[in-house]
Amino acid sequence: MSPIQLTFLAVAAFSLVSALMVVTRPNMVHAALYLVVASFGVAALFVLLGAPYLAVIQVVVYIGAIAILMIIAIMLTRRIASEDLVVVNAQAGWAAVLAAILFFSLLIILGGWDSFGALAGELPPGSVDPAALGEALVSPQAFVIPFEVASVLLLAALIGAIVIAWRSSRAGG
Amino acid sequence: MIPLSWYLIFAAALFSIGLYGVFARKNAVGILMGIELMLNAININLVAFWRYLNPTDMAGQVFALMVFAVSASEVAVGLALVISIYRRRKTIAADEVHELKW
Repeated sequence: MSPIQLTFLAVAAFSLVSALMVVTRPNMVHAALYLVVASFGVAALFVLLGAPYLAVIQVVVYIGAIAILMIIAIMLTRRIASEDLVVVNAQAGWAAVLAAILFFSLLIILGGWDSFGALAGELPPGSVDPAALGEALVSPQAFVIPFEVASVLLLAALIGAIVIAWRSSRAGG
Repeated sequence: MIPLSWYLIFAAALFSIGLYGVFARKNAVGILMGIELMLNAININLVAFWRYLNPTDMAGQVFALMVFAVSASEVAVGLALVISIYRRRKTIAADEVHELKW
């Protein structure tokens, strides 16, 4: 067992345990903090996969923005931050069964696939470099249209979020 | 070397945990957290496929970036909805908010 495999196993176990905590902790603030830990594990896996730029974006977007937004929303909706409420609904048992079925059927489907045990080839020179990703994002031969659509989507979501959360006097909120 | 299967098994487990969170959590913010876990699992898959099957083409990483953009917008709009619902109903338990109009 090589050091890199041990690193993978440690990071993966850490993230999965944190993810379980995210979906089971009664206190929502704790769940949000476990979400930070799980996101950090995923960022570490991006580094192992040779995508350091995505790892940085993962830390900035998930830990810096999404987790903080969630914590703020939890604090604005105070009653649910307390511990004494039941955290799962009546279908929790079925949900667990369904999740287990999905996991094992994914394993069975993937296990029958030829490239399931594939090993990574050599990375072509320059493909770890963020410059290659940046060029692909703005090159007209590649992904400039999805890139622009994503920026419009972000702007629309920004305006939409402000409009939805605006405290309007007409609505009596 | 880490085989591709390890990443896929990890992502499948993370996706299933997120799915359980979406179905079982009562709290609307908890449901959003489950969705974030599922999107993280998908990103791991996309980048793993890029690295193991087609590292010359940047499509896998670009697709993961698009998932980041979509998940950021989804969480912004979702939390705005949660705050708006909380102001009117004083609750964000998903099974108490099953009517569109009060």
